[in-house]
Amino acid sequence: MNEPFLLILGSIVSNATPLVIASIGETITERAGVVNLSLDGSIMLSAMAGFVAAYAAANGGSPTELSLLIGVLVAMAAGALVALIVAVGGIALRRDQVAVGFVLTLLTADLAQFLGQSYTRIPGPTVGQWVLPVLGDLPVVGPVLFRHNIFVYISFVLIFACWFWLFRTRSGLALRAVGERPEAAFARGVDVNRLRYVYTVLGGALVGLAGAAYSLGIKPGWATPPPMRGDGWIALAIVIFGGWHPFRVVLGAYLFAALRAVSTAIQRTPDIQISPVLLNLLPWILMIATLVAVSSGAIERLMRLLPGSFQRWTRNVLRSDPPAALGTRFDAG
Amino acid sequence: MQIELRHIHKRFGPVHANNDIDVTFQGGRIIGVLGENGAGKSTLMKILAGYQPADSGDIIIDGRVADYRGPQAAIHYGIGMLQQDPLDVPAFTVLENFIFGSRMRHTEARARLREISQRFGFSLDPDMPVSQLSIAQRQQLEIVRLLALNVRALILDEPTTGISAEQKALLFDTLRSLARNDGMTVLLVSHKLEDVIALCDEVVVLRAGRLTGRGEMPLTTQELVRLMFGQSFAMQERPAAHLGDVILRLEGVHLRDKRLSIEHLNLAVRAGEVIGLAGLDGSGQGLAMRACVGLVKPVAGRVFVGNSDMTGKPYRAFLRRGVAFSAAGRLEEGLVAGLSLTEHVALANERDMLVNWDRARRQTASQLAAYNVRGRPDDLIEQLSGGNQQRLLMALMPEQPLVMVLEQPTRGLDVDSAAWIWRQLLARREGGTAIVFSSDDLDELVAYSDRILVFYAGQIFEIPDASATTIDQLGHLIGGEFEMATIGKRLT
Ligand SMILES: Nc1ncnc2c1ncn2[C@@H]1O[C@H](COP(=O)(O)OP(=O)(O)OP(=O)(O)O)[C@@H](O)[C@H]1O
Ligand SMILES: [Mg+2]
Repeated sequence: MNEPFLLILGSIVSNATPLVIASIGETITERAGVVNLSLDGSIMLSAMAGFVAAYAAANGGSPTELSLLIGVLVAMAAGALVALIVAVGGIALRRDQVAVGFVLTLLTADLAQFLGQSYTRIPGPTVGQWVLPVLGDLPVVGPVLFRHNIFVYISFVLIFACWFWLFRTRSGLALRAVGERPEAAFARGVDVNRLRYVYTVLGGALVGLAGAAYSLGIKPGWATPPPMRGDGWIALAIVIFGGWHPFRVVLGAYLFAALRAVSTAIQRTPDIQISPVLLNLLPWILMIATLVAVSSGAIERLMRLLPGSFQRWTRNVLRSDPPAALGTRFDAG
Repeated sequence: MQIELRHIHKRFGPVHANNDIDVTFQGGRIIGVLGENGAGKSTLMKILAGYQPADSGDIIIDGRVADYRGPQAAIHYGIGMLQQDPLDVPAFTVLENFIFGSRMRHTEARARLREISQRFGFSLDPDMPVSQLSIAQRQQLEIVRLLALNVRALILDEPTTGISAEQKALLFDTLRSLARNDGMTVLLVSHKLEDVIALCDEVVVLRAGRLTGRGEMPLTTQELVRLMFGQSFAMQERPAAHLGDVILRLEGVHLRDKRLSIEHLNLAVRAGEVIGLAGLDGSGQGLAMRACVGLVKPVAGRVFVGNSDMTGKPYRAFLRRGVAFSAAGRLEEGLVAGLSLTEHVALANERDMLVNWDRARRQTASQLAAYNVRGRPDDLIEQLSGGNQQRLLMALMPEQPLVMVLEQPTRGLDVDSAAWIWRQLLARREGGTAIVFSSDDLDELVAYSDRILVFYAGQIFEIPDASATTIDQLGHLIGGEFEMATIGKRLT
């Protein structure tokens, strides 16, 4: 395979990384039955907070690694905090999660731009590329998967960790039950609302990490308008597209990043004249088409033709129903 | 296991749902818990199983005071409860459901599941998603799960609704074996007195929150009814039918849903006629009824109300023509959880753009009184007991429709309430209303129908004169043995 093509694939993986992290975070939250709609704003807020914290730490004389670590932790804290507000609003104050999340989207987006005003377009510490030993030297997969910054590797680990936690552990059983049928989870001795707090905050922290992956890695620095604007909504759509399953969610994130790469490539080609507006719509249109195909039951009918053991294996991956108790409240006894 | 309840009280606002309940349940026995709708049976059972705390009173297990909160804690004390709608996670597999809430490891769980299922003759595929199981299988899974957690008392709240006769027999064998061989205490809440007679060693009776009676079995139906209501009453006499014109007609109708299809159904319903639909849950009765009221569109064929072709019209149009429907899934289809009783009445009756809440509230109060619903206008619908929800549904029906299509109108009702519902229905029928109803109570079908349609996997068998059939014959037909019948004919 030729070098430029591998480079493009590599950049797709890298560009998709914040989407992967954010949508894995939201997957965990929604699996527990809570919708954190604030993603678009909270990614911006945490990206800004992470960058400013790392910048300040570096200016204060901290070594780069430490400054970056501080930045990442601050970004995650910012994401977790916004998620906590969603959880408190939805669970303790019994407000509508969607409404709380939506208001927070607007609020945090404005807050990010306001607080980040004096930090736009200045260079700060960034996470460099780290070619993994051995793996990075492999043909094809090396340049595509293993010559990236650490956020990309973290996202790889997250994908499998999330899958393992959801489908292979007892805690994952409780997590899914809380989002599917909280009454049953309660009857099995699970503290439903406590778990919902935990996973909402955890998911929010990952959304924060996605913000840091932008401002400290993939789109370094801070600017107005923020370069990641709109990506939070995309992450939310990817979770639906991905049927709340980490593998499919990740596939969605990569697919989206690939479509974006294609549309920018076409825009850069002088011989092809397509309206850039149309091209920007392309990923969305394909996304909706896939969504329709998935939810029309066509896949289910196809699955029924497959042998039984295969069906069992694919059931979790191919399902397209949201967690049955998504967005609902639960009051014990 | 011996369970003693001492002075249990539970109030919901002004309702004293459990009033000083004092009773002892012995191990090794099957005890029937009887009582009219809203008597407080489910409340008491939920307190015992930890789903809700009592306001005051003690639970004493094998001589020691047990103080627990939550169903999981109750299980630690050895008390497990099977809810009417099994409390499982439909998105999980059988095995995942079995493991969830226990400390078993995967391989161990698989073996335990197989071992316990085998003992009782249950066939549960560990890798099957629970959403694909029948109600009876989901019950079996819950029983197996609770047994694996070493419960020594099992509470079942109306476990025989929606399961077939065979599955019921299997369930009863299981419960007998658990009581006789394992010395378990089994508590059975049921309105079906024939089940109580078949299974129980002893009954206790609740009434308006109080424990008002006990009895050692065997007792006859009459004696049980007297225990419950202080008097016994005969089945409603069915006055002779005077049939009028055809008012609802299906012509060559084909119906299809995910699970089954009905082909070429011809049916003419006449004014004043009562047609009973028999069959196991999900054999096509629901589909046929929904086709009669426009909730399911036929794939082919025509539907007429009077002389007008209503094929493909929505339920609203049918309702305007006097065809009314009530669904079995009360809280799923008929009533709206989260709305108050007044809001339900307003939804059914108010025609103006703005709701006149005063009028609606007055109307609600008078409807509640007229239909003997135990509840207040501002109560939320889910706070009513099952029987009272059914009464409210009846109150929401139009006064004198052409046709009433009723899915399981007396499911979960006590004998008195069921008789009351039928008095209402038969009174409307006197005025010319036709009634199409489904039921899993064979006595009810034979007692009230002029004609019976038996459904089996989408096939339909017609018994033109219900009084000429027997319960026994009907039982065979429901099992699909159409060729055994000596009267009647295949309809599809
Ligand atoms: N969560 C609740 N909130 C308010 N009232 C309640 C609640 N649960 C039960 N009640 C009331 O307590 C009384 C007893 O209800 P319960 O469900 O125990 O009756 P039941 O004997 O099980 O009746 P059924 O045979 O109809 O199931 C009813 O009047 C009911 O309206
Ligand atoms: Mg009850």
